Amino acid sequence: MSRLSRVRQAAWLILAIVPVVGAADPFTKQDLSDWQSAYDQVVTAGRDAFTDPKLGNNGVVCAQCHPNAANTHPETYPKFQKQLGRVAVMWEMINWCIRNPLEGKDLQPDDPRMIALQAYITQERRGVALAPGKH
Amino acid sequence: MSAMNRRDFLRRTGGLIAGSALPLSLIELAFADEQQNFTFAYISDSHIQHIKGKDFVRNWDRGLIRTVGEANLMDPRPDFVMYGGDLAQLGTKAELDHGLELMSALRHDKVHYVMGEHDYYLDLGEYWERQLGPQWYSFDHKGVHFVVLNSVLTYDEWTHNRWSSGEERMAVMAGLDNPSGSPFMVGEKQRDWLRDDLSMIAKTTPVVVFSHSPLQKIFKNWNFWTEDAEQVQVLLKPFDKVTVFYGHVHQIQYNQIGNISFHSAMATAWAWPYPETYAQVDSLLPKLTVEMNRADPFFERDATGWQFVDVWSGNATLHYSLTENQPRTVAFNPKTGRPEDTVYQNDRIPPQQHF
Ligand code: HEC
Ligand SMILES: [Fe+2]
Ligand SMILES: [Fe+2]
Repeated sequence: MSRLSRVRQAAWLILAIVPVVGAADPFTKQDLSDWQSAYDQVVTAGRDAFTDPKLGNNGVVCAQCHPNAANTHPETYPKFQKQLGRVAVMWEMINWCIRNPLEGKDLQPDDPRMIALQAYITQERRGVALAPGKH
Repeated sequence: MSAMNRRDFLRRTGGLIAGSALPLSLIELAFADEQQNFTFAYISDSHIQHIKGKDFVRNWDRGLIRTVGEANLMDPRPDFVMYGGDLAQLGTKAELDHGLELMSALRHDKVHYVMGEHDYYLDLGEYWERQLGPQWYSFDHKGVHFVVLNSVLTYDEWTHNRWSSGEERMAVMAGLDNPSGSPFMVGEKQRDWLRDDLSMIAKTTPVVVFSHSPLQKIFKNWNFWTEDAEQVQVLLKPFDKVTVFYGHVHQIQYNQIGNISFHSAMATAWAWPYPETYAQVDSLLPKLTVEMNRADPFFERDATGWQFVDVWSGNATLHYSLTENQPRTVAFNPKTGRPEDTVYQNDRIPPQQHF
């Protein structure tokens, strides 16, 4: 088989597998603003959870100790946690704070409140360079 | 008290309190007039929080109970105890009553209280006042003039016209980072009172002022701030030696502005991040301050504590008693004319780097 026909055959194979009907790439300004507002709503839900006396069991809220989500350091995760004896990700530390100061029950990692809490925490830390592993 | 007694006391309570030696170097200071030197204990920000019925947040209760227990070990006893404000979380009768009950276990006869915003904004200090007396006052002790201010007032419009209930107003002011809050201030009426009060005092008399918010501007977002701080400072300026103590910030801070030394109290309840850890807004933590160690969340009492204060020759030495950490001592250094940490001032350790 000639080189050219080999290339042609491969191209046909790819086209057959991935039908390029409407083209995947382009998105509109409308899309961008929709996605941004979907994100913003989750950040707002995160702030609500962060100040919700019902998130835990004793009425204590995250913002009591972390005003503007300060000292949550999302940019440092994953990192080694001395007390766990291993590398942990941020939602594990969020659950630690829910269990202890809030005397509450762990949230599942995909619980919408857990996702929202992380969105809010990260939003308040925007602009800070990633520093995984930092203490 | 003699230097020997003092050292013995520190050695004994040092072991009990922190499991490690308290820094002793400061005790060697030659006191100008032994008679006029004295110690008081300084407790602040317990945030006793009611859940329901007889239930209160255990963590905050433990902080105050432990502090009272430690302060009771002081021997010889301090001359009096100062409470720096925020005894309650939401200013309710249940919280203030429970807080005062825990405080009543102190062996000391005299406790002076300062108003915090968490005590105030439910009923504008009415119940507090009934239990504890006037919201601002002064007294004299061993040649030092003490002034207590309510520095957590704010604009009348905010206080009186915006809220459907005291509960709503309290809930907003209780959120340190709540954008609907309002800046703290001493206010004109109280400044007039202060001017009068100080007019009767010789300029050589050491003056010690207690406020809840810092009478200096550090970070407006979290009310580490008093709107009319400069106007209060002007009233204090004519005096040779002035020391301002404040609560509210739940962390070690100190500063020197002109003739005025500033010292904050730690909280018995929980520690706050330093303002520079909020990356979105600039803040003005005094450069002089060596921050306390970052709190380890796995020890719930870490970075909380209380302090006792030696007043000597009209200056102050603060002994910070941290429950899970090295104690700290911040003392006025007559050579540099400012408060300094006796161990870490020029040699910070990694946990004192906040980001
Ligand atoms: C009693 C005070 C308190 C409360 C309430 C609290 N935390 Fe914490 N939390 C801490 C302290 C102290 C740390 C350690 C901070 C540090 O490392 O500088 C911490 C650490 C964290 C960390 C890890 C920070 C790091 O630097 O690795 C996260 C994330 C966190 N908290 C989230 C939360 C969330 C979400 C809530 C509410 C569910 C919450 N916290 C409630 C005190 C508290
Ligand atoms: Fe407080
Ligand atoms: Fe306060």
